[in-house]
Amino acid sequence: MMPSAWASAAEIAGAVGAGRVSASAVTEAALARIARHNPVLNAFTDTTAARARARAAAVDARVARGASPGPLAGVPFAVKNLFDIAGLPTRAGSRINRDRPAAAVDAALIARLEAAGAVLVGALNMGEYAYDFTGENVHDGASRNPHDIARMTGGSSGGSGGAVAGGLVPLSLGSDTNGSIRVPASLCGLFGLKPTYGRLSRAGTFPFVASLDHLGPLARTTEDLALAYDAMQGADPADPACQDRAAEPALAALAEGVGGLRIAVAGGYFRRGAGPEALAALAACAEALGTREVIEVPEAARARAAAFIITASEGAALHLDRLRTRAEDFEPVVRDRLLAGALIPASLVARAQRFRRWYAERMREVFGRVDVLLAPATPCPAPLIGQQTFVLDGQEMPLRPNMGVFTQPISFVGLPVVAVPVARPGQLPIGVQVIAAAWQESVALRVAAALERMGVAHAPRPKLED
Amino acid sequence: MPDEMTDADLDAFAGAGAQLLGLPLKDAWRAGVRANLRVSLTLGALVDSYPLPDEAEPAPVFVA
Repeated sequence: MMPSAWASAAEIAGAVGAGRVSASAVTEAALARIARHNPVLNAFTDTTAARARARAAAVDARVARGASPGPLAGVPFAVKNLFDIAGLPTRAGSRINRDRPAAAVDAALIARLEAAGAVLVGALNMGEYAYDFTGENVHDGASRNPHDIARMTGGSSGGSGGAVAGGLVPLSLGSDTNGSIRVPASLCGLFGLKPTYGRLSRAGTFPFVASLDHLGPLARTTEDLALAYDAMQGADPADPACQDRAAEPALAALAEGVGGLRIAVAGGYFRRGAGPEALAALAACAEALGTREVIEVPEAARARAAAFIITASEGAALHLDRLRTRAEDFEPVVRDRLLAGALIPASLVARAQRFRRWYAERMREVFGRVDVLLAPATPCPAPLIGQQTFVLDGQEMPLRPNMGVFTQPISFVGLPVVAVPVARPGQLPIGVQVIAAAWQESVALRVAAALERMGVAHAPRPKLED
Repeated sequence: MPDEMTDADLDAFAGAGAQLLGLPLKDAWRAGVRANLRVSLTLGALVDSYPLPDEAEPAPVFVA
């Protein structure tokens, strides 16, 4: 029997592996659903139908001859269009990169997911060059939030959020430099994992800020996050930041529960700018977990400031030649940010990198006292597409740079985070960050899974016509 | 960033910096660049004002 569009990756892989449905049939259903809903959601910029059919046929052949088809057998997935896909230019949300030659080989994480049996069905819309928290894009149009198509998906992994929340695929990959997985996970009502900096290989992806770039999955269940994460782990000399660590599988830990874990809520900075929906979601998670302790993260505002200027400066340095020769071809808001970033004095950037190590030590001390910190993922649920400002801590502020105020101080020091969607029936989704010590992804996933079992965290199903 | 940096000060800084780096800076882009520069320099000043010890090592470490 064909799994529904809302089946999890685990359910699909189970059905394909057991021969109850073919990977080819699952792939055709996903391609049909993309064709039906993408004209509205604008999540996909490319579909890779021929390749997907060939891959699905190979999975089916393995099942037919009794070989193991892998833990993600026949699971359709898609990737933010900054991942190299053999045969396509890696556009990274830009107009300029469309002139690049087609990628010769797939990004490392695509290869690893496909080695586990998954089937790539396409590339996803994103904010230009990942310098974005909205999911808007002047070249490809805005990705639209399946829970309200007048609203943002969040960015920059906007299509990665819209595709999974809209039931087009059960699994996507995004990138997160300052919050670009966690913001769309929050606004689209999904689980998103930003692993520890250096955990997953970035080989074969278009960079943004090398010292802050992470990759990770978005899904509708923690089990699917863990399945994908486990399939993607492992050292890769092709990414100089990827650490030479053995895989530390997380799937089996999901059932362990939260017994023995010390869990606290991040206070101060992480509460001041949060709107009522964000605070209520945080309180719901804290209450379910029996958490009363509040921990003040030292100098979080400065950490965010330091991440901001490192991003602006490193991002500008990456694009300097393109700014010189093709400034007109950038999205105007991105161009203006990058031009300004190119002018930041180097002494301030070096100082921010010194502050980064100081702050990492303070966070290590925090995680000597607790195992998990809870914090809002975004200040508010999804704003309207085109909205320029919002109210943050009582002040009207530009929306574009400020949707990441709660995510930036965490990724700044590379800590693993699971963004969990908090159940709010009949209302727009919003997420909470479950933050763990470096290399403790499985702890954050355990807490997310516990919240999911308790019914506090849940990826809501949008009212799209089936 | 010194509070007294006016729009004209920032425009002059941006103009000179852009010229130094060979970056185009059209008149129509100046307001956007200035606004972003003001945010970045204000946040830079917040980092700058923290009294780090001389021994504080930067985060990226090159491994040969």
